[in-house]
Amino acid sequence: MTEQDNKHKIEVDKLSGVETTGHEWDGLKELNHPLPRWWLWILYVSIIWSIGYWIVYPSWPIPGGATKGTSGETQFTALKRSQNEIFLRQQVYLNKFEGASFEAIMNDPELYAFAMAGGRAMFKDNCATCHGTGASGGKGYPNLNDDDWLWGGSLEEIHATLLHGIRSGDEDAHVSQMPAFGKEKLLTSIEVNTLTDYVLAMSSRDQEKPAMDTLAGHKLFQTNCASCHASNGQGDREFGAPNLTDGIWLYGGERGDVYETIYNSRAGVMPAWKDRLDENTLRQLAVYVHQLGGGEETREKPILIAVPQENDEKDTTPVDGEEERKPQGTDNE
Amino acid sequence: MNFVKKHGVLERNSVLLLIGIIIVILIGGIVEIIPLFRKETVIEPVDGMRPYTPLELTGYNIYIREGCYNCHSQQIRALRDEVVRYGHYSLAAESMYDHPFQWGSKRTGPDLARVGGKYSDEWHKGHMINPRDLVPESIMPTYSFLMNNEIDAHNMYRHLKALRVVGVPYSDETVEWAGKDALVQATGEPRVDTTGLLERYEKK
Repeated sequence: MTEQDNKHKIEVDKLSGVETTGHEWDGLKELNHPLPRWWLWILYVSIIWSIGYWIVYPSWPIPGGATKGTSGETQFTALKRSQNEIFLRQQVYLNKFEGASFEAIMNDPELYAFAMAGGRAMFKDNCATCHGTGASGGKGYPNLNDDDWLWGGSLEEIHATLLHGIRSGDEDAHVSQMPAFGKEKLLTSIEVNTLTDYVLAMSSRDQEKPAMDTLAGHKLFQTNCASCHASNGQGDREFGAPNLTDGIWLYGGERGDVYETIYNSRAGVMPAWKDRLDENTLRQLAVYVHQLGGGEETREKPILIAVPQENDEKDTTPVDGEEERKPQGTDNE
Repeated sequence: MNFVKKHGVLERNSVLLLIGIIIVILIGGIVEIIPLFRKETVIEPVDGMRPYTPLELTGYNIYIREGCYNCHSQQIRALRDEVVRYGHYSLAAESMYDHPFQWGSKRTGPDLARVGGKYSDEWHKGHMINPRDLVPESIMPTYSFLMNNEIDAHNMYRHLKALRVVGVPYSDETVEWAGKDALVQATGEPRVDTTGLLERYEKK
């Protein structure tokens, strides 16, 4: 049978009034519904269009690489272009922001708004993971909304903390190490218990609590803790030693938490960001964190006071065990 | 278009039809397979790549076992927003030692391609035990049960050998030391000497 034979068999279906294709299989016939013309034309034009694409853009793998395309355009050049577009838009503000002092930024509504917008975005990406989306912190991660600062809450101090981190390994990082009084057998667990009661009494709101120096732990505190936390327990930012009287606890204020802190010590780590984020971003972050609620005025640096001799040994306890150091480059990047 | 109308011949001759089908499949196969033989010509080399250490490989296997790839990708696309959030876009060579690669196709959680070193080990530990402790709005399930699981360091060398078959350059020395290297890395300095581990897994 040939096409010619089929042609002869084309007939019009009585019910639908549509021509059949002329094919017949065991008495079954097929109505002829060809693809719409417009649809076919779109298909043909697309095929022709794709040839243009192959010429203009990188496409075919060939020995020694792939065809480069006449335009030189890749998704990487497209990325560069779109990054540049944003960069130019920010440049207007960055030019002013670059050299501006914190004081100038705080007094210029435009610069302040720029710092806040950038700071908010970068905080969500980099800081919120530990400090929380609302900067309210968590156990071991300080709340940044309150006015309780371990290492200082002025713009400059926040900026320095961001740059170098805390116990981050950076040479300018804030470093201090509270001794693990129980674990290192500096105190017996009974003494740690006594100290725990004493420390809890410090922040107690009980109106009728006895005077602090009449409590059992008084002498222990003055000998072991006062050099960093001050004799009245109000802390010392020189050592990042928290205020123990304010009822704000980084590692929990329950009896068990405080006991564990004294027994095993704590050493929270904040990374140094200076190699990860650029200077402008860090300054934006400093402004953002500063305005969260607890920002302090810039103050004169206090004069360094020499650490009392008897406690030297404890203050120089080597910082170890706080981070299990991995071999270099374990991130496989 | 007379040629097109000759399909009746094909449809009525099963041997011819079979040959025709084979030819069509061959063309499709060649178009898909030939480029794979040449793929190294389009992968730009990257400095600082090395195979996973045995301990990292254990983590990698757990990552696959727990289906982390269902929610996390490891592929930063060359789009502005992604580069701002996650860092430099991923390069093909960066996953050359991943078998199978973990690019992923869906992000319920964030991309993890460059998350290494961003958070402390302590953070990750707490986050695995209960993600909500650290990220209140997180919907990631808890993996605290991993705390009770043990890894089989003594059989680690088998994984290295298997990966060597598919082209990961583990030397005989690394295979031999696999179990010890895993333990050394898990213990870490200063309690053990990591020199040998670092030498075996130097970045190139």
